[in-house]
Amino acid sequence: MQTRRDVFQAIADPTRRQIINLIASQPKNLNTIADSFNVTRPAISQHIKILMECGLVDVKRRGRENFCEARLTELQEVYDWVEQYRQAWAQSFDKMDELLIEMKADAKKHAKKKKDKGKKKKKDKK
Amino acid sequence: MATTNQTKLTVEPGKQELFITREFEAPREMVFKAFNDPELIKRWLGPCNMTCRIDRYENKEGGFWRFIHTDEKGNDYGFHGVIHEITAPERTMRTFEFEGLPERGHVSLETATFEALPGGRTKLTIHSVFRSVADRDGMVQSGMEHGVVDSHQRLDELFAELNVN
Repeated sequence: MQTRRDVFQAIADPTRRQIINLIASQPKNLNTIADSFNVTRPAISQHIKILMECGLVDVKRRGRENFCEARLTELQEVYDWVEQYRQAWAQSFDKMDELLIEMKADAKKHAKKKKDKGKKKKKDKK
Repeated sequence: MATTNQTKLTVEPGKQELFITREFEAPREMVFKAFNDPELIKRWLGPCNMTCRIDRYENKEGGFWRFIHTDEKGNDYGFHGVIHEITAPERTMRTFEFEGLPERGHVSLETATFEALPGGRTKLTIHSVFRSVADRDGMVQSGMEHGVVDSHQRLDELFAELNVN
């Protein structure tokens, strides 16, 4: 089986999502990242390797340390993918708002008529 | 009149489900009716660039429904399913299948829940469960054709969402 290596695969795992969050604002070295998790260092290394293969993380050598940097632009693909679907629903619901305004106005009219009718009945009784 | 109510979509990576939530400035009975009455559905369902035609909508448990969306180029997209449950005014459940796929069987189960909020408002939650992660991702992807939203700042929101897990 061929392993999928794209941005969707990258974020399919909760630990990998946390790693991205952790390094989103500034690059961090491997030790710092590993210390933030309750899993073994090799496990974290494996996740970072996958993130690299998916194009979401760059590892740069600074002195004697490896720093991991997030490539956030890659996530735009995921965002776009979710956003299009959301927009389709949002547009439908905006139209539903218009319909509900009409329905509310109708209900009000109807209620008033009923009320008027009720008043009239009361009057007739008298 | 435009409202500021936001449509929220939650699609967690690697799962077979998705959630859509939206609040409305109307009481629950009314939102329920707008959501389930075929005459009313056709007035709101579908993105702006599509027209929605109802082929059939038997608004009862066990009833069959079929919608056809037509885009600006005249392409038809059919969807159909069966209504499983109608519990007015709080919940409806129905199956959903897009007819444009090369094979049958990619069915999802949609549960719409209507929650009354203070001030005569309503919260609608649609929970869709698909047969596989691939089915769900494919469904979300099918909404892709319409333009691209370009806003890197909103990545923050995405992170917030991804962080939920």
